[in-house]
Amino acid sequence: MEHRTSRDYALWTIAIALVVIFALIPVLWLISISLKPPEALTDQRFIPSDISFDNYKSLFEGGIDDSPFIKPLINSIGIALITTAISIVLASFCAYAIARLEFPGKRLILAGALAIAMFPPISTVGPLFDMWRALGLYDTWLGLIIPYLTFSLPLAIYVLVAFFREIPWELEQAAQVDGATPFQAFTKVIVPLAAPGVFTAAILVFIFCWNDFLFAISLTSSDASRTVPAALAFFTGESSFTAPTGSIAAAAVVVTVPIIVFVLIFQRRIVAGLTAGAVKG
Amino acid sequence: MEGKSAAPAKASSRTRSERKLAWMLCAPAVLAMLLVTAYPIAYAVVLSLQDVDLRFPDEGGFVGLSNYTAVLSSDLWWTDLFNTVFIMVTSVAIELVLGMAIALVMHRAIFGRGVVRTSVLIPYGIITVVAAFAWQFAFSPETGFVNNLPLISDEMDWFGGRFSSFAVIILAEVWKTTPFMALLLLAGLVTIDGQLYEAARVDGATAWQRFTRITLPLMKPAILVALLFRTLDAFRVFDTIFIMTRGALDTESVSILGYNQLISRLNLGLGSAVSVLIFLCVFLIAFIFVRGFGTKLEEGRPGG
Repeated sequence: MEHRTSRDYALWTIAIALVVIFALIPVLWLISISLKPPEALTDQRFIPSDISFDNYKSLFEGGIDDSPFIKPLINSIGIALITTAISIVLASFCAYAIARLEFPGKRLILAGALAIAMFPPISTVGPLFDMWRALGLYDTWLGLIIPYLTFSLPLAIYVLVAFFREIPWELEQAAQVDGATPFQAFTKVIVPLAAPGVFTAAILVFIFCWNDFLFAISLTSSDASRTVPAALAFFTGESSFTAPTGSIAAAAVVVTVPIIVFVLIFQRRIVAGLTAGAVKG
Repeated sequence: MEGKSAAPAKASSRTRSERKLAWMLCAPAVLAMLLVTAYPIAYAVVLSLQDVDLRFPDEGGFVGLSNYTAVLSSDLWWTDLFNTVFIMVTSVAIELVLGMAIALVMHRAIFGRGVVRTSVLIPYGIITVVAAFAWQFAFSPETGFVNNLPLISDEMDWFGGRFSSFAVIILAEVWKTTPFMALLLLAGLVTIDGQLYEAARVDGATAWQRFTRITLPLMKPAILVALLFRTLDAFRVFDTIFIMTRGALDTESVSILGYNQLISRLNLGLGSAVSVLIFLCVFLIAFIFVRGFGTKLEEGRPGG
């Protein structure tokens, strides 16, 4: 009954093709629209008949001071990298303790992290807006790094705990028998073994920060700290008479293609991390 | 080889130092998590009981529950709550079916498993705002290719009506989050013993019977975990609506309402009341899931 006929292969090919097309359409469409010259923007064609790189040029025109895109790009990359670094360090300590040590409060921390992962960010936006204005953190990098840190930690902790539990426990004990302190056992033995898991958690945290929109539009007001998603929402056209469609599409392609390449290179790790972070605990 | 004869005092001091180390390691992360959740939500409760409007900083003071009664007696809150729940239920339902189909394709694929996994990760890597723009441009009557497709009227103004806007919003949400659903379901699917299917096949069960009698019951825990995560996530829907309609034509979600009150109108009192109500809704959804399916959720964590 289960011998595979050519009909089976045809059905699978169709199923796979459907999934691939569904996943790719918006990306191909953005690339298409970003390459259309302004006069062809309304031709409703999926594949552009003429190709122009003017939309990309306009993004970087005027250098760092006048370009609508360069500063947000720097902000996005900088804020996401700094948050990822801090988040991973804090989460690694915490996850190590949870995976390896016995202490009261372990379950409480895991449950608390899960609760925060489900917490609606909008509920903190108002108080943060008010507090950040009073503390001078409004419209600064730090003003975004702090909430990103909070909301990325649960994800990082869950992923790291899942990975840390797979690490052979005896090696750490062996190091301690050989005279290493618990801290040395952590840095010299566990850290190298944990590197793949740490790297996976870092990718997921980076993508989380890179994706955020709500905090980015609520807690910033200028290019000083506005990230790409927020900047895109406030993009204006070349003049007030042209819609910024082409520039938005070009900017979208610029911030999307590197991440997609990255995600595809590390896809096995990302799949492992996404499912570990959500299912295990 | 520390013998069992080691003094209890020694053991307990080791336990104590282990505890101390554990708490020291956890403290920074726990503080960082509490800093931006527990304190602000408490502050939001305080703000919601006051008349705080940053445009009129001189007025103010304690007003009790009047912000809540103002929100709960407004049509806007109930319209937005309906919109949010409508988008949440519809998109999660579609995602579940689609995610299950993709998970089955990945699990049972004769070939091309890698291609499918690669392509489902693409939506995950894309910024939600970017995906929202892509679908908005695709459905726009001026620039889009969708109205040029067969069976769709050239004149269709997708963003000119409430439910046609919802259709595009839900499509964008489904596109962005189905991969996550599919991966979670696949993780549950691989834990099912293949021999069960062999036995059922020998007994003459059809593919559909095998799916409904074996796959679905055994995957119930994984499905519930995936549903809980995605339902709570979908309730927070904000980015896609903000980009596509900004809440025009009664398409606001509760998160958009909160943002408008807090950031656009600077009415921290009313906005905080909305924030607290959203928090309570999320809490209620989580409570229903955990109460209704608590033990099943526990089973859904193979590593736990």
